[in-house]
Amino acid sequence: MPLSGRKKTDALASLALQSQLGEEIRFRDRLRRLARENKTAVVSAALILVMALAAVFAPLLTPYGEKDMDLLNRLSPPSAAHLLGTDEGGRDVLARLLYGARISLLVGVVPALLSLLLGALLGVIAGYRGGWADALIMRAADITLAFPSMLLTMVVMYALGGGIGNVFLTLTLVNWANVARVVRAQTLQLKNSEFAESARITGVPSRVIMRRHILPNCLPTLLVLFTLNIPASILTESSLSFLGLGVQPPYASWGLMINTGRQYLFNAPWLCFVPGAAIMLIVLAFNFLGNGLMDVLDPRQQKS
Amino acid sequence: MEETILEVSRLTVTIPTDRGEILPVNDVSLRIPAGKIVGIVGESGCGKSMTARAVIGLIRPPGRVAGGSVRLGGRELTGLLPKERRRLMGSEISMVFQEPMSSLNPVMKVGRQVEEALLQHGVCSRKEARERVLEMFRAVEIPEPEVRYDSYPHQLSGGLRQRVMIAMAMVCRPRVLIADEPTTALDVTVEAQILRLLRELRDRGTGLLVISHNLGVIAQLCDWVYVMYAGRIVESASAEELFERPLHPYTRGLFRSVLSVGEGAETLETIPGVVPSLHHLPEGCSFSLRCSRCETRCEKEMPELRELAPGHAVRCRPAEREALHE
Amino acid sequence: MLRTLAQRLVQAVIVLAGVMLLIFVMLRIVPGNPVETLMGEHANQETISRVSEEMGLDQPLHIQFFRYLSSALQGDFGTSFTLGKPVSRLLRSAFVNTLILALFAALFAWIIGIGCGVLAAVTKNRLPDRIFTGFSLLGISLPVFMAAMFLQYVFAFRLHWLPISGADSWTGFILPGIALGWNSAGQIAQMTRVTLLETLQEDYIDTALAKGLSPARTVVRHALRNAMLPVLTMMAIQLSGLLSGAVITETVFSLNGLGRLMVQAISGRDIPLLQGTALFTTGIVILGSLAADCLYAVLDPRIRKGG
Repeated sequence: MPLSGRKKTDALASLALQSQLGEEIRFRDRLRRLARENKTAVVSAALILVMALAAVFAPLLTPYGEKDMDLLNRLSPPSAAHLLGTDEGGRDVLARLLYGARISLLVGVVPALLSLLLGALLGVIAGYRGGWADALIMRAADITLAFPSMLLTMVVMYALGGGIGNVFLTLTLVNWANVARVVRAQTLQLKNSEFAESARITGVPSRVIMRRHILPNCLPTLLVLFTLNIPASILTESSLSFLGLGVQPPYASWGLMINTGRQYLFNAPWLCFVPGAAIMLIVLAFNFLGNGLMDVLDPRQQKS
Repeated sequence: MEETILEVSRLTVTIPTDRGEILPVNDVSLRIPAGKIVGIVGESGCGKSMTARAVIGLIRPPGRVAGGSVRLGGRELTGLLPKERRRLMGSEISMVFQEPMSSLNPVMKVGRQVEEALLQHGVCSRKEARERVLEMFRAVEIPEPEVRYDSYPHQLSGGLRQRVMIAMAMVCRPRVLIADEPTTALDVTVEAQILRLLRELRDRGTGLLVISHNLGVIAQLCDWVYVMYAGRIVESASAEELFERPLHPYTRGLFRSVLSVGEGAETLETIPGVVPSLHHLPEGCSFSLRCSRCETRCEKEMPELRELAPGHAVRCRPAEREALHE
Repeated sequence: MLRTLAQRLVQAVIVLAGVMLLIFVMLRIVPGNPVETLMGEHANQETISRVSEEMGLDQPLHIQFFRYLSSALQGDFGTSFTLGKPVSRLLRSAFVNTLILALFAALFAWIIGIGCGVLAAVTKNRLPDRIFTGFSLLGISLPVFMAAMFLQYVFAFRLHWLPISGADSWTGFILPGIALGWNSAGQIAQMTRVTLLETLQEDYIDTALAKGLSPARTVVRHALRNAMLPVLTMMAIQLSGLLSGAVITETVFSLNGLGRLMVQAISGRDIPLLQGTALFTTGIVILGSLAADCLYAVLDPRIRKGG
């Protein structure tokens, strides 16, 4: 069941407890349980895989190119020749959807990964070092989180200008704070655990303790955060592109397809609704998968 | 014999689980006379709380009462429509729970929570209700009742909360009160006060069913005692008789484990083994795995509950034989 | 209680100041002189530097910041480059529209969300629960722009039930309100379901039932209020989501609110306007979460009196 807000953070924070309790995380067993018990998560994972493969092998799946104009066939509704119709330039919507998946998935994965790295790094430092580093990092996180995220992305995109590189950067800047908070909370718990204590006593340098002992214990949480950050990034990017602030042509993301299709909403509704449905599906799939992972990795929800 | 107000016969509760159905309450019969305190004693998980909940009608799904009857003053409760049954809950039969903290709604003034029972059963008007609640608060010796009326649960001590719970249960003057571990969460001095309160209720004619794992509480309080093990009654007798002459090996084991502490013995005597899981009960007597007097037949067949002396029933074959030889 | 509130207030002020600084710096690192952009290619260098001087843009950054800060505190956010009107006046009229939109959305989200959540919880694992849970999942994963366009297409364009765009009458707010509230409705429904199910496991529910209360009455009188406490916190967090969504909804339905103003500011590279809207919106969000904290304290006696 997807949770939101505080519940989610609570659940994530408790992931760390199990390592503190010295309970071994048998990661593979947990994943096996997920595969066995949560059919929705399995279907979601399959769907994601299919979409990713379709994006990679797009040229093999459609005879049309992403930019092939056919001015005689503008705005034609779905037909045998064009399964999902054509757009205002006579381009095949299915082809654009498949190629667009490349950008949309990339925009989901890359910022999720970057914000995970940045957030984990800052979170561990804040939690482990404490003091002014902690205060500085957490205040920055507070300020980031206080912004309505859409507003923050809009302002940053404005300052940096459109383009895919800047979309990556912006989404990273928006998403790192949440990761940092969760990782910091876990670090605080782990820092006082026996194994960290004994490592400290035997003179292991902090950097090594953080890398060898603390970060690995945060991995299950990070995996969940990663899976849940992807759909959030996809959604934010599509909103930005919808407003014309995100990915710029000639790249075609699903959000951008909707942006250009919006002018034809009333005479060619498929231009908006096809990529919209694609966004919805992928977001739903990632959310299901993420919540499934959270369920099996969270010791509190373990069945006896 | 005294007038029986609550009679439970052959009550069975089932809960479906992943590994098959379990019977936390299995063929339990007991009777509560007016003006008496009847106790059920046993280790945790033996089904005593579940029995209490089944009697008042608070088994949570997927658990359900699968058989047997509960008669309150001659009226059958088990077949009643939920609506008819609710009319009796809180007014004719009520319950006090183990945890006085979590059993009170944290965001509602305690006076209101007590009053709610009165209003629900239309005992009196809203105007009179406050007065009746204050009166009840005085009866259970809550100091400064007017102030306490407007308190929230977190502002009261554990003992006061339990008094509020008792006031709530008693405010409609029910004929039967079920108290599930009423003093477990309290410290010893408070425990004594609550026990005195329960005795006063008995003296005014209420029939009480007290559930406890604490033999001391049972000994101080009860007129009649049922011993439960793995969902069944294994022994029942008047409190005097039971403490004088326990017959079932399990009852004896329970008593020894307490006495050995009381007399300052070097080692704490315990019953060997653990309570069996309801999923893996032995074929015969449930206690056979832990019993020092277990015979071949005990492992095969569940013994009957037999009355060996007037009013003293035991579910144990070796104990039966022993009683015959005496 | 008062102390916690004071602490939160101080925190809010610090965060707001941080946000202000951040926006200010971010907008100043944009390449190109805003005055040049504003006046177009034909303006000569002399005019540009004169205008820059008038606007104080030639001053060092920190002087600019404090100048902006002091006038912002007096309610003066400067004048919009593109619209030629004081930003504060533009904000005021846009705020009214966004507020109405947000109220419509919140009303929809609360009624539908709490209603579905409660019904799902009390029919746990049965058909209605599955339907409502599926519905709320749909709510959560449906992007705002999709909800907005879908509603606009079906109910305004196809069925002609409601206006396609504009805020000429209150009916113009219905579709945008639903589109905007859709998402929060899903979240509220899920949160309500989860917390209500948890609450129904509490011991005091048994106490209420043992008093002879019907299950329905028990849910309403005893479970719901306790279950609503965490839901309330989430509603405050949603306020920021609601404002983000407003940007999209207002764009789709051509409503002149804060979100649209901001999009206008960005496309016109209108720094005073962008700065003003960003600051104002963030301020509202921070105030909103502060208000939710107070409300939480009022509803939960443990916090109110305990401290």
